[in-house]
This record gives sequence, C-alpha cells and structure tokens, in this order.
Amino acid sequence: MSEAARKIDHNTTWSETDELSVLTFNLNGETFAIEAIVVQEILDLLPETHVPGSKPYVSSVINFRGKVIPLADIRLAFGMDATDTTIDSRIIVIELDLDDEPTLIGLRTDKVYEVTTLQKVASEPPPSVGMRWRPDYINCLVKRGGEFIIIPNMHAIFSSQKERNATAQSPN
Amino acid sequence: MTNPDPISVFRTEAAELLEQIESGLLDLTRSLDDRDRIDAVFRGLHTLKGSGAMFGFDALAAFTHHCETAFDRVRKGDVPATHELVSAVLSAQDHMRALLETPNGDHDALSAALLDNLHRAVDGKGSAAAAAAPVAGASETAAAAIAAPAAGALREWRIRFSLPANAMANGTNPLGLLDEMRELGDCRIVADTARVPDLAALDPRDIHLAWNVTLKTDRPRSDIEDVFIFVMDEMELDIAEAAGEDASAAPAAASAPAGAPMAKAVVVTEREAPAVQAANDARQAKSAENVRVPAERLDEMMDRVGELVIAQSRLTQLAGTAADLGLRSVSEEIERLSGELRDTMMVLRMMPVASLFSRFRRLVHDLSRETGKEIELITEGETTEVDKTVIDRLADPLVHLVRNSIDHGLERPDERIAAGKAARGQVVLSAHQTGGEVIITIKDDGRGIDRERVRAKAEASGLVQPDQALADQELLQLIFQPGFSTAQAVTNLSGRGVGMDVVKKTVEALRGTIDIASRPGEGSQVSLRIPLTLAIIDGLLVRVGTGCYVIPLSAVEECLELSLEDDLRSRGRSFISLRDSLVPFLRLRELFRTGTTPDPHQKVVVISTGAERVGLVVDQIIGDHQTVIKSMSKLHHDVATFSGATILGDGSVALILDVTHLVAAGQHQEAQLRAAG
Repeated sequence: MSEAARKIDHNTTWSETDELSVLTFNLNGETFAIEAIVVQEILDLLPETHVPGSKPYVSSVINFRGKVIPLADIRLAFGMDATDTTIDSRIIVIELDLDDEPTLIGLRTDKVYEVTTLQKVASEPPPSVGMRWRPDYINCLVKRGGEFIIIPNMHAIFSSQKERNATAQSPN
Repeated sequence: MTNPDPISVFRTEAAELLEQIESGLLDLTRSLDDRDRIDAVFRGLHTLKGSGAMFGFDALAAFTHHCETAFDRVRKGDVPATHELVSAVLSAQDHMRALLETPNGDHDALSAALLDNLHRAVDGKGSAAAAAAPVAGASETAAAAIAAPAAGALREWRIRFSLPANAMANGTNPLGLLDEMRELGDCRIVADTARVPDLAALDPRDIHLAWNVTLKTDRPRSDIEDVFIFVMDEMELDIAEAAGEDASAAPAAASAPAGAPMAKAVVVTEREAPAVQAANDARQAKSAENVRVPAERLDEMMDRVGELVIAQSRLTQLAGTAADLGLRSVSEEIERLSGELRDTMMVLRMMPVASLFSRFRRLVHDLSRETGKEIELITEGETTEVDKTVIDRLADPLVHLVRNSIDHGLERPDERIAAGKAARGQVVLSAHQTGGEVIITIKDDGRGIDRERVRAKAEASGLVQPDQALADQELLQLIFQPGFSTAQAVTNLSGRGVGMDVVKKTVEALRGTIDIASRPGEGSQVSLRIPLTLAIIDGLLVRVGTGCYVIPLSAVEECLELSLEDDLRSRGRSFISLRDSLVPFLRLRELFRTGTTPDPHQKVVVISTGAERVGLVVDQIIGDHQTVIKSMSKLHHDVATFSGATILGDGSVALILDVTHLVAAGQHQEAQLRAAG
C-alpha cells in the first residue's frame, strides 16, 4: 500500500471526531487496539480445525455460531512468534469488508484488556525507521501512559495477498 | 414483515394467474371440448381483468376483457373452441404479460393486431348463429343477439343495485361500477339514500347507498351483468328492460319480447355465481396452502437450526456424563426434536420438478407450430423434489436440451412415416430420485445423433484428427465442446453453437454429471444426474492424523484396507492392484503434512474423478455423514483442495474434500518430489 493511501486510511479512522473507541488486547507483550465497532464478540478458545495448504497466518477455521470462519494469527503478519495459549488467551471475532463483502474473522490474542477511548492528539503515523514490522500494516501508534498502543490496519493485512506473496519471495 | 406493496402483490398474483391460464390453454389443445378447462381459463381471465382494473392496470384489464369475452362465447357454446382460438389467446396472453410488466408502454398497435387475430379466430369458425349476428356484436352472445331486437337499437334498462355494507373493505369501489356503466351508454344514476343511518350510527367505511340506474344502451344484458361480476354473489342486483319508453313497466311486468332475454339472464346468473364462487374458493384454498418466504430467510433459519443441532449434541455429551436421569431424558427429547427440525428444514427448500417441467409444455407447443412437427411431450415423475436453487439453475439448460431434441432429433411427420414410426414425435421429460441424486432425462424418439456428421464437424474444427480412433461415447461427448453445432443451417431454435457446452458447465457447477446415449433411427437420451440439494452433502467422514475430513459420497467407489506390503512397497510406486487394475493412491497424511505417525491399519478410499480412479490413504474411516455445507471464507479461497466445510456433532469443523482438485494437488506434489529427487 502506498504512502498516500496509508495517510487516507489514517485519516478515515479518525473521522470527524477526535476520539476513537477501541478494544485493546495483548499480542506477545505489545498492546494492540482495534476499533470497537468492528468487534462482534470475544470468545474463549474453541476447538480449531487446521486447513492444510492455507497461508500460515490464517491456518485454521473455527465454528462461530454455526458459521465456519477463519482464525487468523496476526502475530505472524508482524513477524512475531506464535506462543502457546494461556488461560488468558481469547479469540476476538471481527467483521471486515473484504472486496465489499462482509467477512467474519477470528483473531487469536494473548489477552484482551478493555474497551477504551483513544485521543487523536496522542496519535502518530508509524515511524519510517526503527520498526521491523511492515509500516503499511500499521494504521497509527497512540501514546497512552508510558506506552504505545498499535492500531493495526486490518484491511492491509487481510487483503494484500498478492503484495505479501511478492515480498515473501523477495530476498530480504 | 413490512407491508407488501399492493402493486407488487398484484403482479405476483397476476403472474400466477397467467401461468394457470397458460396451462389451461395448453390442456385445451389436447381436448378441445373439455368444459372444465374452458371454464378454468375463463375464470382466470376474468379474475385477471378484475384485479387488473382494481390496481390501475387499465390497459391490461381492457385487453383481457376481449379475451375473456371470446372465451365466454366458447363457454356458452356459441362458438367451438378451436386450435386457432387457443393459439390466439396464447399469444394474447404473452401480450398480457408485457402489459403487466410495462403498463405505461406503447402497446396499442400490438394490442389491436392481437385482438384482430382473436376476433378472426372466434368469428372465422363461428357457428351459424354467430355468423348471422352482425359484426358489430362481436362481443355479444349469439343467443342474445337472436332474441334481442336488431343490434344497434337502443334499449332502456332499469338497474337497481346495492352493495354489502363492507364491500369497500374488500376493494370494491362503487364509483368504478358506476363509471363502467356510464361507458355502456347514456346513463341516469340516482342514489337511494333511504338506508343511510343517523350521523351518530354512520360508519364512514360502510356503504349505505343503493343506486337506481336507467341505462340506454345497444349492448346486451350480459355486458351490464359483467360490470357487477365481481360482487355479484354478495350484492343485490335487479336488471330489467324497460318496455319501450313506458317508464311504468316494472321489472316484473315482463312483456313477451323482453321475457326471453330475462329468462336467459337468470340462467346465466345462476350458472355464473357458482363459477365465481368456485374461483374465489380456489384462490382462498391456494393462499392457505402456500406462503411466500424469501430464500435468504430460509437460509438464516437453516443456520439457526445448524447451531441448535450443535448445541444439542454438546448437551447430549454433557448429559451422558452426568448421572441425573431427568437431564438425560430431557436431552434425549431435545435430540429427537432437533433432529426432526433439521429434517423438516431440509425439506423446506425442496420443490417438485413439476414447476420446472410445466414451462416446457408451452415451449413444445410453440416449437411444434414453428417447425411443423407433431410433438407430444410426456412428463414423468413430476413430484420428484429438488432444491429450489437446482430448479432455478436447470431451467435454461433443459430448455436447450428440449429444443435440441425437437430441432435436431425429431423428424418431420412425412419422414417419420417413411421410417415406419408414428407421425407424432415424442419427447419424454422424466425425473426420478436415486439415493442422494435426482436423474432428469430428456428422451426423444427421433433420428438419433448422426455420428458421421459429428465426426465430420469435429474434424473440420480440428477437435479430432481424421484418423483418430474414438469410442462411441467419446464421439458423443464431442457435442459438449464449445462452439460445436451440427445444424446445417442456423435456425431460430438451435444451431448457433452455443449451448451444449454451457449446459455441461451449468450441470457441473451443480456438482452433477451429464450422460448422453443415442441409437441411430431410434432417438437420443440425455441424462442429468444432479445432487438433490446444494446445501446438504452425503459424505464419508474420515480421519487423517488428528483432523476429520469429509469425502463426497458420490465420488466414493469403495473402501479397503492398505495392506502392509503395499504400504512398504510404495516408496517406489504408489499404487495398489484392485481386481486386476492398477489404482494409484495418495497419502493424505503426507499431502496435508499432518506430521503424525500412520495408524497401524490404514484404509484406502477409492474415489473416481471422471474416468480416473484414485485411492486416498486415510488413517480411519469413521462413517457416512449427512451434513450441511458451509462455504469457506474468502481468506481460504486459495486453498482449492477443499470445497467447503461442515460442522460435526461435537461442534468441531470438518473440511470437505474437493476430489478433482485434490488429485491435481497430489500430482503437483509428486512432480515436486520427483524434481527434488
């Protein structure tokens, strides 16, 4: 995703208001946040079914109220290691528009914290250096207390398959 | 439910009526003097006219009126029903459909032409009595024409009518009735206010008025009665001819010349009232039988039932471990109920194929006239039920196949007689169910597929080499190639070379197969095997490593155990010998990279993909499993080896194997292994 497109995304997230209601959660010790409005439900761990041949970050499916939905591990998209599940592990079910089609996706998380409100003034676009993560996967960083909350760009993560394949094949 | 738009309700209803009329007309072509059919068509036309006028489809109502009049004459026996008349009304009926869809479009020219056609059909073959009647009275009943003074002479009628108090609630508008009477001729209308109650007792929604009408018209009595035909059985109506200008001639004082039409009128009324009543009854009965439900609601409900079944199986598991007897009995009760609910739900989407077959009667009728071939359409197994989606999607392919049979297959009557067959060709459309599949066959007794022409055509288009040997079935399958047509000339019916490949694609998209058989000089038969439903699959549940997978049962040929020696030998070659033929096999454990050790007694499930047979090595065969298919999400669309997923009794998800893609993936993996050495 280009720099310009990312800016637009960044702006649309903080639409007219200067505040954003989000759900915060933990992945490998980092605090992430997703817009509360896309969250459908928070679930305890469910039996998973591995899908052979699928991409590693969506390697399994779960039964969510009679629907079969993919279970994604965005840690893998951020180059983190998948850790073992703990008693705090939860699945967040979100609904995303992928190619104009509402799609339910389960996100594996290490711990779910709370629904909170973030201020726009405290937000920053992702820095261009000093990050191992792909900058276009991150919508923005928000300072709170002494830490940063990462707002990932779910659309970029789940819809840029071709791009990812291209980077995966490149040497670095 | 939100209030449905009355116009759209009317449209649906009218479309149904038109279908009824059409099927009635087509039945008539078989037995022209079947009174019940004639009455049914008349009633259909009549209802259409009335409700059309009620909802503002004036052009439709006016046009339908003429057809109705024509059928009224047939009904009364004035003119015989002829093939010309039925055809005229059939084409008129198509026009009604257009009028229904675009009420404001410009239809006048076509309307006039069709009506002209209709009148010719009625009068051209009219009885002597009808022929004697003046042309101006085309809509007049012949009997009335004889009994009445010369047409064109003005007669004065005295009409008194009052409507039931609640008539307006039923959609009757007295103003409309009055307007219709004004159209008949010079009219003097006086409202009778005698029964209007005090203001305090007056309910503005009721009708309290009665009307006295003096009408001068050259039209017969039946036309006046027609005005009231919808309300006739509930209202009080008194129609009398005033003798000359003598205003004092009371209805009872019927003079001799007026007596004849009067008597006739009474007879007509009595006959008509039950007819209208019957039509009403039929409509009511129908609305009680059927409820229109949008398909997505059914799907939603299906999902809910799926959830319920899963929750119930968890309950059963819990109850099984608990010692509480009460809990167990409740759990068993719920298990039974939810099982029944699921079965009922599955049936809800099923429709009889009759709805699919019925549209072919018209097609065959039209084609028969167009091609000059005599065709008899026989339908069998119309009560066979198939998923609604299947019916919708099969319509076009079937039309194509039936057209092909008629255009290519059936010979002209003279050719048939020369070949020693009956002049009338037969097309048999049949459906029957075997297991989880429905088999639809289109069979004709025509000349059969001309192999030489197929071959010549295939050679000309480079599909086969001139000296290439082909099995008969392979040769026949060639007609499913894109762009293939043996028709020597492109006709209106077929021969554009589009079609058979589309037919095949559609059938395959429905997870079905298509077979063709043909004997020269005796006819051809095309069979479509389609799974009963797209939502449910009969599968074989197997375990590979720790995961469960479903193999569509329709692809499974047999299951056997992988012997130890075959297993050990398969480093170099992966095939087993099965009744003297070699069947290659794939280890799903390796294909899915489960990383588990194989079970001691592995099984081979032999599947067939088209002509090929392939064995799939699994760890355990759990059993057969009827299941609801859930589609995979977009994020897994790149995984072609699975066509969908399903939810098992314990709530976990099992993936459904796409056999064709699986074999392809297996070949790919083996090629990679070979390349890696």
